[in-house]
This record gives sequence, C-alpha cells and structure tokens, in this order.
Amino acid sequence: MRHLLSANDLSHADAVAMLDLAEDMAEVNEREVKKLPTLRGKTVVNLFFEDSTRTRISFELAAKRLSADVINFAAKGSSISKGESLKDTAQTLEAMGADAIVLRHSSSGSAFRLAHTDWVESSIINAGDGSHEHPTQALLDAMTIRQSLSQDVRGRDLRGVRVLIVGDISHSRVARSNLILLSTLGAEVHVCGPATLAPGSLVDQQRVHYLLNQALRDVQPHVVMMLRVQQERMSASFFPTEREYSRIWGLNKSRLAALDEKTLVLHPGPMNRGLEIDATSADSKSSRVLNQVRNGVSVRMAVLYSLLSGEKN
Amino acid sequence: MNNNFVLQGATDSTGSTVDVVIESGVLVGKPSAGVDHEVIDCSGLRVLPGFVDLHTHLREPGFEQSETVASGSTAAAAGGFTAIHAMANTFPVADTAGVVEQVARLGHDAGLVHVQPIGAVTIGLKGEQLAELGAMAQSKARVRIFSDDGNCVHDPSLMRRALEYVKAFDGVIAQHAQEPRLTVNAQMNEGALSAKLGLAGWPGVAEEAIIARDLMLTELTNSRLHICHVSTAGSVELIRQAKRRGVKVSAEVTPHHLLLTEDLAGSYDPIYKVNPPLRKQSDVEALRIGLTDGTIDVIATDHAPHPKESKDTDWASAAFGMVGLESAYAIAQQVLIDSGESDFERLAEVLSTNGALISGLSEQGRYLEVGSKANLTLVDPKLAIQMELKTHSMSENNPYAGLSFKGGVVHTIYDGQFSYRNRNIIDRSAR
Repeated sequence: MRHLLSANDLSHADAVAMLDLAEDMAEVNEREVKKLPTLRGKTVVNLFFEDSTRTRISFELAAKRLSADVINFAAKGSSISKGESLKDTAQTLEAMGADAIVLRHSSSGSAFRLAHTDWVESSIINAGDGSHEHPTQALLDAMTIRQSLSQDVRGRDLRGVRVLIVGDISHSRVARSNLILLSTLGAEVHVCGPATLAPGSLVDQQRVHYLLNQALRDVQPHVVMMLRVQQERMSASFFPTEREYSRIWGLNKSRLAALDEKTLVLHPGPMNRGLEIDATSADSKSSRVLNQVRNGVSVRMAVLYSLLSGEKN
Repeated sequence: MNNNFVLQGATDSTGSTVDVVIESGVLVGKPSAGVDHEVIDCSGLRVLPGFVDLHTHLREPGFEQSETVASGSTAAAAGGFTAIHAMANTFPVADTAGVVEQVARLGHDAGLVHVQPIGAVTIGLKGEQLAELGAMAQSKARVRIFSDDGNCVHDPSLMRRALEYVKAFDGVIAQHAQEPRLTVNAQMNEGALSAKLGLAGWPGVAEEAIIARDLMLTELTNSRLHICHVSTAGSVELIRQAKRRGVKVSAEVTPHHLLLTEDLAGSYDPIYKVNPPLRKQSDVEALRIGLTDGTIDVIATDHAPHPKESKDTDWASAAFGMVGLESAYAIAQQVLIDSGESDFERLAEVLSTNGALISGLSEQGRYLEVGSKANLTLVDPKLAIQMELKTHSMSENNPYAGLSFKGGVVHTIYDGQFSYRNRNIIDRSAR
C-alpha cells in the first residue's frame, strides 16, 4: 500500500490487520522507552493547510516514536499564505527529501490529486481533505470501539455493533470515513441530525433519523459518536440557533442517563462543551474521548509503518 | 489572393453531389467564362454552411495569458467556424461601445472569422444596473446579443427591464441560468456522487428555476430570450413547453454536455470542472433528444480557455471551463450522424443556420445561395481524428486529449476566401 487516501482503500482484511498492528503499537506506547527504530532515516512531513493542533501533534508523535525525522509545515505565516500553490509546496518539500507527506487541506480530493498527479513521488496520507475523508480518524474510532468488545481483540471486527453518528453528516469528513470503515468492519451504522444536514444518498434511508431521543430509543446503539457543530452552518440557515440545536441533538445529562451504562460516547474533538455535548457527558465514565486520542497515535504509527517500513507485517 | 474557386464533387447536406462555384468570394450558379478558377477536388467531403458559435470566450482584453482574439480566431477557423460570438466577461468587461468596438476590430485584424462581440447586460457584470445596451447596439460592433455569462442576471426586476429594453433594437438577452443562492461555492452536479466525493453540489433546480422565471418574463414582455448552455433534462422540458406556447426562446447546448457525464469528476481532475457542471447520463440523453426535436436550436461551444496554473491544482481551486472550438464538429457528427439519430440537414441548422438567425448575421448561415458571400465549411466524415492536448488555442484545458474521434474539418472558407485549407491555417491578418 503506497497511500492512505480514503477509508475505501482498506478491505476488511486490511482494516483488521491495521487495527491489530495498532494494538502492537499501543503496547510500545505503554513502555518506558516509547521508541521503535523502524523508520530511522525516513522523513515525514506534516503538510497542514488548515489549522489543527491535535491531529498534527498526533502524527508528529507517531512518526517520532518510529524514529522518523519530522517536519511540520503549517499554512499560516508560511509561503502558502503568500500564495504558493499545493503543487509547488509539495514539490519543494519532496526536493528536500520527504518520504511521506501527511496532508490536511480544505479542498476535497486534494490528497487524491497529490497522490495521482506526477507532482511528487512520496507516500501520501490523507489527514483530512475538505468535507471528503479523514481515514485515520475512522481507524482510531474503530480501534476504540473494538477495545470495548472484549479483552483480546486481535483478529476481531465490529460485527454486531450498532453505532449512531450524530450531527452535521453532510459536511463531515469524520462521518464519511466512519460510515465506510465501520461498515467494512461489519458494524451497523445509523445517523441522526437536522434534515438540512442529512447525508443524502450516503446512508440507507432506514438508518437516517431526524430526532435524537427517537434515534436513541429505536437504534439502542452500543456507540454514540457526537460530531462537532460548526458556526457557519448556523449562519447559512442549516439550523436556527445553538440553543435549539443543543435541545434536540445535544448529548446532555438526561440523554446520557437513559443510555445503557455500557454504551460508549465518542467525539473526534475539539468539543463545543454545551453545544453538541455537555460537560457531564464529556467527562462521564461512558466517554472514551481520551482513549480516542491515545489510539490516534497508535493508529497513525501503524499507518506510517505500513506505508514506509517496506516490511510485510 | 485568388478567390475564384470550384469546389468540385462535394456532397451537400441533403446528400446530393454539387460543384460549388465561388467568384470574387461570392457564390455563383456556374463558372463564368473568362474567369480563371482554381479547381479543388472535394470528393468525399460534405460542404456545409460555415459554422456559427454563439458562445465563445476570447479572453481579450484582460486575460491574454489564456487566449487572444487572434488565437481564438485561429482555433475557430480550424474548427470550421466562420463566425464566433465573444462573451463579455473580459477585463475591462465589454459593457461599453468602446470595448465591443475594440474586440470587433481585433477580430477584423485577425481576418480568420467574423468576431461578433456580445455586450454585457449589466455594468461590470455586477447584476445591479443596466449597461449602455443602446450604445453597444448602435456601435460599429452592432451588438444584438447581450449576456452576463459567467454570472446570472438573477434579479427578476432587472431581467424584466433588460428584456423590455432590447426590443428597441431587436436584441436578445442570453441568460446564464444559475440561481446564485442555491449554488454558493458549488463544485459539481449535486447528487449521490457529489455526496460521496465531498464536493459541494450544484443542483439542477438552480438552473431550471431561473429558466422557468425567465420564460414567463419573456412571455410578459413579448421579447426574445436565449438560454446559454442548457444542461438538465428538466430545463429541456421547460423550453419544450414554452416553445409550444409560442414563447420567443432559443436555446443552446455545449458539445461536452452532449457527451460527458459527472462520473468523470470521480478522478478529482479539474479538467472536467465546468459551469454548468457535467450531469447524469439521463440529462445527456434528454439534451440529445432536445437537439434533434427542435427544442434546442444550436450547439454552442462555450470555449473557455484557461492557463495551466488554473487547472494543474486541486478541484476547488481550479477554474471552471473547457476549450471546445476544435472538437465541436466531431462531437456533433457523433451525436447527430453516427448515432443514426439525425442527419446533415439538422447538423447544418444547429451548427450554423440557426445561430446566424438568432444573432441576425445576414452573411452567415446562407447555404449555397447564389449571390451570397461564401462562408462554407468542408468536412470529411470519415477522417480519423486523434485529439491532442495542444491545439490552435493558447490553452490546453482539453478534456478530450488522447481520445479518438471520427470526422474532421478539412477546409473553412470565410468571407469568400480560405481561412483553413487542407487542415492548415491561412494567414489573413490585416497588415
């Protein structure tokens, strides 16, 4: 595998293998000396055209734990803000010796373009392209869900698991990648949100719910994944006010109390506490938000290892 | 330059063999005695009226890195066109007599094709205030077609006034139908594919709602409407119904909307990014039916050249548009002739005669009429064409590069003389 651009790039077998590899990496992350020499001498560039501290740091840590050299290239204050194009920036970095480029960009399909034009030869990892996909996010979500199923998870997929994704599905790359990957792994994925933000043809109509209380009752999900609500959706009339959004689609104390105690609460972060999720829910025993962050490093180590180590795992 | 020819043994649009005699650039019934004619063997070639394109972006003044009037004229002549209409979204915008006269003069100096300037409907294409339509109509450029193409005249009150105002000089408003509020930052056709690709959608209703409104305004004002680049089945049906009611509307379709679908966007390659976007197969089929049953009057290229840096990038940053002057005939032949759906008589109407009528160009679209100035195109329907990235246009945003077609232009005769002969451009620039 040369690139990771979309959750579609992973078959069922690939996905299970990647999650197993991530469990191995998680063990490295528990040691005192959190290091593997595998990618020594390789250079990984984090090419981030959009603001992101968490994902970037996660990839940076992952690369460093594998002993790779890391370069961080952020859009603000760089040549990009002076009008340099994606093509030129990528080629400049490759000329300096990048083996892999982790790309986050506001334009859907930008990672695909970078991988399929003749601009660069490096491996490309999609860290989020517009509203299209964010495959490593889906992998860390899948890993988090899988860990709750049993003690020994290796080789397991997500068959029998019901997941409810709540929020702005139509603009969410996290939702898109999860819809693909969780289904590949056998989970039953439902979505819930205002009809203005509905996923259209991405999801079977029977799995689309417009009201959260009803969705939680009807689906009885094992996992509730809350998506971040963006301000610009309100100004474009996708929903009237934050208060109304929170009232109907927010995860709050009372909705949390009605959930089975084994239900997982996930959120890709950053959270708008009080909007799509309240503090009680975010800090509850059901919340796996910190596990997600931890698993993010492991999953990204697994991906970098798969793409760059040149070894068959 | 000699302009006494006999085009011998050509086939006309009805299938009959003809010898076309041209003397001093004018068609005559038979060769006059005492005149020295060059006899040109045209056996195996179809002679058609010179093609007329109602929708061409020549980019000059202002965007000469993409195309100039001269280079666009060259591409046009190679494509078999004897008349093209220069859209107004130049810089400065063609919203005054001064700019349209300049464009006309540049076309005249290139000497390869009749360059008919189109005037903007509103000042700066801003959609706020009418441009001096009268001044442009009365200028040396004799503008009759007005369009804000690139932008939609979305304000209904302004569109009504524009339709009424042009009646004074038999003008026509050519609308780029796109409700801006429904297509904010739209990238491709709205549907299952756009949802999958994460690209903002351009719903068909944004085109159809404007067309429906404009058809009613045209009825109300008893004026003339032309609809640019129709792209959906719904639009075709609206126009069909309106024509039945007697509304004075004409419509155009591009070659790419007759051939290509949205599936090509799956590669995220912006060579397929165009406005209006490529749609579904069912839309392509409805457009083809509309072209043959008379609902759609002309094929218009919407030739939209762009420099490499505008397309060699990610989809969202890329410009909208494809070049099309040199691929139009082959696609028309494929869609109308090779498909068995129509014939050369209809092809001649949609590539030439109807366009000349809509625009009021009296010397264009005259087919083998004795006494008319020679504006003719000779094509070889059996010629194997390999489309290249590099054409006579300055730009290379050609979605057909690498594809094979059948049917090509061999000669183009503009204003009585060859502009394109044996697939080579003739230099006719004014010195």
